[in-house]
Amino acid sequence: MLKNYIKIAWAVLKRRKFFTFISLFGISFTLMVLMVVTSLFDHAFGPQMPERQTERLLFVNMMREQGEQGYSSSGPPSYYFLDRYVKKLQTPEKVSINSVFTTVNSYVNNQKLTLDLKHTDRAFWEILDFEFLEGRAFTQQEVANASHVAVINQNTRQKYFGDAPAIGQRIEVNQVKYTVVGVVKDVPVLRLNSYSDVWVPITLRRNEFLNDRLRGSFFAIIQARKPGDLPKIKEEYARMMTQVEIKNPKDVSTLYSFPDTILETFARTTLGGRGENSNVGYFYTLLALAAFLFMLLPTINLVNINISRIMERSSEIGVRKAFGASSKVIIGQFVVENVFLTLIGGLLGLAFSLGVMHLINNSGVIAYADLGLNVRVFAWGLLLCLVFGLISGVYPAYKMSRLHAVEALRGGSK
Amino acid sequence: MIQLQDIEKVYRTKTIETVALNRVNLLVERGEFVSIMGPSGCGKSTLLNIMGLLDEPTSGYVAIDGKPVKTHSDRQLAKLRNEKIGFVFQSYHLIHDLSVVDNVELPLLYRPVSAGERRKSALEALEKVGLSTRTKHFPSQLSGGQRQRVAIARALAGNPEIILADEPTGNLDSVMGNEIMDILLRLNQEEGTTIVMVTHDEHMALKTNRLIRFFDGQQVADSMVIEAQI
Repeated sequence: MLKNYIKIAWAVLKRRKFFTFISLFGISFTLMVLMVVTSLFDHAFGPQMPERQTERLLFVNMMREQGEQGYSSSGPPSYYFLDRYVKKLQTPEKVSINSVFTTVNSYVNNQKLTLDLKHTDRAFWEILDFEFLEGRAFTQQEVANASHVAVINQNTRQKYFGDAPAIGQRIEVNQVKYTVVGVVKDVPVLRLNSYSDVWVPITLRRNEFLNDRLRGSFFAIIQARKPGDLPKIKEEYARMMTQVEIKNPKDVSTLYSFPDTILETFARTTLGGRGENSNVGYFYTLLALAAFLFMLLPTINLVNINISRIMERSSEIGVRKAFGASSKVIIGQFVVENVFLTLIGGLLGLAFSLGVMHLINNSGVIAYADLGLNVRVFAWGLLLCLVFGLISGVYPAYKMSRLHAVEALRGGSK
Repeated sequence: MIQLQDIEKVYRTKTIETVALNRVNLLVERGEFVSIMGPSGCGKSTLLNIMGLLDEPTSGYVAIDGKPVKTHSDRQLAKLRNEKIGFVFQSYHLIHDLSVVDNVELPLLYRPVSAGERRKSALEALEKVGLSTRTKHFPSQLSGGQRQRVAIARALAGNPEIILADEPTGNLDSVMGNEIMDILLRLNQEEGTTIVMVTHDEHMALKTNRLIRFFDGQQVADSMVIEAQI
């Protein structure tokens, strides 16, 4: 029976080329956009190198100082705050302090090279899971000694040394010379906490350590012993915040800073979550609503196209009913046909998605983007296809299956 | 085999009420070849649709093999149509996107039958109507007479006890019409299939066993053909 349904679905698709084009274009384009967005989302917030253990990681990226007269300013916290308060938390397994990356210049063979530079401690390399292509991370000793050593990414190695090994070679960044001790795979710029081109010891900025302001240009990454510890860390962090000494109480009355997961960080930044609530629920609702609305239009369109397409086949419905098809069987047939059509659209959508991801990866729009169809994204795509097929197929099929056999044979005038 | 008792069929719109069938009583016995004649709009096709369980009467009693069908669900009616009844329509109603043999397989699609058995039965049915050389063709590649023969093969494929034919020769010239009529007669005489045929053609009707005449939704005559000819 299934073979017969697919045979007829294929024949209808071939017969109505324009309709087929419109349907397939709608499905594949919508799916392509959703797949690329899902892949971007996964790339930005999912467990990806080097932030693989996202369920055990919290990030401190913001400090907001609130004055009594409504004045408020926010930005990354200072090394002083992170070192004096965050590093001393008891619940986490490890805490890393690292700088916000800064854009610096370098010159290779008289050519200007713009690089992003990040200062990190030893814990940074222990918490994050970088993929080393050569060498190693800098050691605790090198950090303590403020050694001029650097870990560079693959792209920087290519620009400096071509295909030759980089370990032990010297690079000059911002007129400071460093010895390369490690080369890591490129990290996409979407991973703000770990991304850079060049990583050097944080102690090279120790002149900033003495500044006792609470805001500065540093981040912290907190690693929990186990995922279940995250709420406890947040509680301890909240208690710690009440004990932070405010040096300028005339200007600042309240401090806000939260350890967030990657997604919470993004939701708090984009949606302005001020209190303990990072607005991640709201963020998910907005995403779901946007995806729903985005899918709704083509789905309604498909429902309409399907109704007229099925309407044209009312005589066939009448004949099938006359020869023993029940309403349920008719619904089944049209749903199978529609799922078949949607799966073809889905396959095209997958192919287009791969093309678009390839373009994004190669265009440099997102530095070091490595978008791809991983199993999760693929599963999402398939699920979306199925939802598409069912939503746009069930209603018209149900409507037409209710048609009386006699009316259907007359041409579905009723 | 098919029993209709006090059948009424009324079509109602907001402004008008049309009585298509008025107190029709009819009993079709197993093995009969019954033709139904009457002017256009007298209710012949409506009657055939009610007999074939494609339409419901406004009031009255329909029974197949002595069992009333009024309380049957959509699924039970579908099963009954599938197992007992084969239809032949004036405008063939073949599915254009399917080949001849796939069209003929249609009734068997809704039975628990393997694909091999389905194909075998369809080919046998096509053999009976003399179309075994056209199995892979599509309906658009056939003449009107050939299409109607495919439609008859489709009606036969499920081996039904009853064939309901609504003006099966109405769209055909006399030569092709006679060919179709011969096939139906052979089915009735050799295989004992009960056939009820609506026709406008007196010549065709006189080849059957029993002729029922309709006028304005009412049965005005019901006679054996020998008597009618006398």
